[in-house]
Parts: sequence; C-alpha cells; structure tokens
Amino acid sequence: MEYMLVLFSDPKPLMTMKPAEMEQMAGAYYAFTQALQKEKAFLDSRRLKTAADATTVTLNGGKSKVVNGPYIETKEELAGYYLIDVPDLDAALKWAARCPTASHGHVEVRPIWPMPG
Amino acid sequence: MVARRSYGKLIAFLAARTRDVAAAEDALAEAFASALSHWPTRGIPDNPEAWLIAAARRKAIDAHRSRKRGEDATAHLSLMAEELATASIGEIPDERLKLLFACAHPAIDQEMRAPLMLQTVLGFDAAAIASAFLVSPAAMSQRLVRAKAKIRESGIPFRVPPREDLAERLPFVLDAIYAAYAEGWSDPAGTDASAREMAGEAIWLGRLAAMLLPDEAEALGLLALMLHSHARRAARRNASGEFVPLSEQETGLWDGAMMMEAETLLRHAAAMNSIGRFQLEAAVQSAHAVRCRTGTADWPAIVTLYDALWTMTGSAVIAINRAIAITETEGAAAGLAALNALDPKSLSQYQPYWSARAHLLARTDAMDEARIAYDQAIGLEIDPAIRRFLQRRKARLAN
Repeated sequence: MEYMLVLFSDPKPLMTMKPAEMEQMAGAYYAFTQALQKEKAFLDSRRLKTAADATTVTLNGGKSKVVNGPYIETKEELAGYYLIDVPDLDAALKWAARCPTASHGHVEVRPIWPMPG
Repeated sequence: MVARRSYGKLIAFLAARTRDVAAAEDALAEAFASALSHWPTRGIPDNPEAWLIAAARRKAIDAHRSRKRGEDATAHLSLMAEELATASIGEIPDERLKLLFACAHPAIDQEMRAPLMLQTVLGFDAAAIASAFLVSPAAMSQRLVRAKAKIRESGIPFRVPPREDLAERLPFVLDAIYAAYAEGWSDPAGTDASAREMAGEAIWLGRLAAMLLPDEAEALGLLALMLHSHARRAARRNASGEFVPLSEQETGLWDGAMMMEAETLLRHAAAMNSIGRFQLEAAVQSAHAVRCRTGTADWPAIVTLYDALWTMTGSAVIAINRAIAITETEGAAAGLAALNALDPKSLSQYQPYWSARAHLLARTDAMDEARIAYDQAIGLEIDPAIRRFLQRRKARLAN
C-alpha cells in the first residue's frame, strides 16, 4: 500500500541553527531517504518552504479570494512529505518513527487513495 | 446449529486477507440466513463451518460485483475466489488472534478496541455493546462502522506481530479484553442482562488469548485476574440486593473452582519470569482469596504487591487501594498519610477516593471529616446500591 508521511514541525529552531547542527539534520534525512530507497519503499519526497511563504486561495461566489499565509496557522506547520510504498500500516508506522521529523515534530501517516488501473 | 463460538473464527478467516471486516460480517450474516433455509430441509452438512465459509464467500463475491468502488475490485475478487477454493478443504485455520491484534491496533481509538472485539470475535450487535458501554446504540453503531473502515482503508494488518513487536502490542489486546470485562461487571446487581453476559464473554476472550498465546505470562495473568474477580460475583450482593464490600463478603459464596483455576494459571505465569501488571493484580486477588482458608487476607503481601503496581503504573486507583492495605498492616493513621500524599485535585471527582478517605477518617475517629467525605462519595456514586451502602456507613458513624 502507498502512504504519505506528512511531516509537521516548528520552523523556528531551524532559523537559529548552527551550521554543524544543520549539517547533522540534513545527514539524518539523507540517511532516512537512503534507507527507504534501499528497502525499495521510497517513491518521492520533497521539503516545503516555510508556511510564511504560503498563499491560500479559495473561490467565493465565482471570485477567487487570495490570502497571505497558510490555510491553518499552527506552531508546527506542514514541512514536507515522504511518499512510500510498504506492505501495511505497521510497516508505514515503523518508517514514520524512523523519520527524523518524528523526534522534533509530528509525522502523520495517510493512506493514498488507490487509482484504478 | 453451528455454535456461536464459531462466529469469530469464521469472521477472522473471511477477513484475514481482504481486511474487510464489515464485508465479512455482511457475507456471514447472509450465509447464516441461507443456512437457516437450507439445513432444515436438506440436513446439516458434515462440516457446517466449511459450508458457511463457502456460502459467505459466494455472497461476498456477489456483493463485490454489484458494488462499484474506488478500490481495485478485481484484485479483491480474485483473492476471494482463490480462498473459496482453499476453503473447500475443510479445516478452517484459526485466525482469531490476528483479528484480536487488528481490533486492538494502536491506530484504532482506545475506547473502541473492546467494542470492536466484542462485535467481530463474539458477534454482539451494536445495541448490546452500547448498553454495556453506556452510549446510544446509534453512536456505538456509527463508531463501529468507522473503526472497521479504518482497518480496511488504512492498511491495518491482520497479523500476529513479530516477536520484537509483541511486547509492545500485546498489552493493547489484553487491556481491551480487560475493558470489556470491566464494563461487563460495572453492573454487579445483574439488572442488565447484556452487561452480565458481557463479563462472561470477556472471560471467554481472555481464555482465547491465553490459549493462543500460552507462553505469554501476562495473557495468563489477565485470565487469572478476571477469574478471581468473577469467582466473587455471587457474594457482591446480599439476598436483598444490597452491596457487600469485599471485606464483608461470605467466602462460602466464592466460586472455589474458578479460584483454583486462577491459582493454577498464576503459578504457570510466575514460572515464566516475566512479571507484569495483570499478574500482580491477580496476585492481589489471590492474597484476598487466602481468607477462604485462614479467615484473613494476606495484607502484608497485598501491600507489597500494591507497592510494585504503584511503581509500575502510577495509577491513582492503585494508590487508593494501597492506602487501604497499609491501614490493615500499619494502622489507619499510616493509611491516611498514604492517601494524603496523593494529589487531591486530580481525585476530587473520583468516588473511591472519597469513600476510602471517609473510611480511614472514621477509623482515626475524625467523625466530622468522615461525614463530609462520605457525602462527597455519595454525591459522586452512580450505582444506587453502592450509594445506599455508603449512606448506611455514614449513618453508622458515632457522634
């Protein structure tokens, strides 16, 4: 089954991070991605720019309304995702626990809606 | 007729590979209906379970054909057809342990794990479960539907967790069985037949878990705990239906065979050297059961066991029982001191805290304070029989 690991974290600590810490964090994500690839569970992953750079659009009475900022303002914001393919939820939960985000933020595990064909 | 005990086995087998518990239930219900119309005229088949499985699979495939769904129905159908072929072999493999682990998966809401087991393994309908868990039948039914959808849609596996995960996952299963038991006897007067039945059925689930996991000490410990508690059910009320506290129960009314079985289980569990909450709680009950032979409970042992449980769980219920036990070994002042060490804020709405407090205050001759504590306890109690008991206790206080 395919799952998306939806990553939520507080962007503030990142802004004051020392280069060595940044390097360490990037290394942790790299190793996690490598592990997923080695197990043939990796499909895709992207990191998002901070929610402060988000713009939210909604259509209201045929007119688009554009608002600066994310849809929901939270301390821990949507920061990125991993798309993985694993046998079941237990396997997905294991990968979620290994994801570096799980130790400083939250990882939401969402099954992907299967497409026919 | 196929014994009701077959129900969970059939559901587990039908759902094990598709993970679609709701579809398995629907199919099995239809299979039972056609059994009712076929068997009386054509005779009961040699292997009723296999007959039901085959009928249920046909129903499931029909249901799938008529339904257009977003998921990959073809794969689902071929899986079912494949199993239809294997089902004719006869012996139905027991997949119930997998079903228990799916029902008690951490991705399922904690309060829904016991209801889900009662429905899928034992075949209780939502209304009976709702009445034991004090929610409306409509709400319970909706939550059960949602929980089953979660199993199917989120990919919760039908699998006994591998060795390295078992220690983490097994407590969820045992906790859910214990919750089913606790709900079942929260109505000790036995006025609610479905609740009374539920306690017995939870014990049956405990037996199933102990049978399927004979090397897990805590599974045996849980069964021992439930048996010890159930052994006293006839003594919990007197002839006129009034509540009788443990210390005043007539030991002659305790079920000796059930207690003996509990003791045997506990000994087996202890030999495995893997201590846990349920074994310790069962051991507390065992130390109470000693009163049958010696006339008094083994209070020093009870204090030691509650010490261990308190360290392990930090639970307020345990702390209150520990304070009462300390009263028996060191006197009421020491018991009260143990109770006073707890945070009263978190316990202010907890009836057992106030009744324990009242009891201990009375034993230290602090009658006015005891009266106030009894009033708190009486005001918080929902069971009328226990409320009357507390009122009698309060009235008995000397001026």
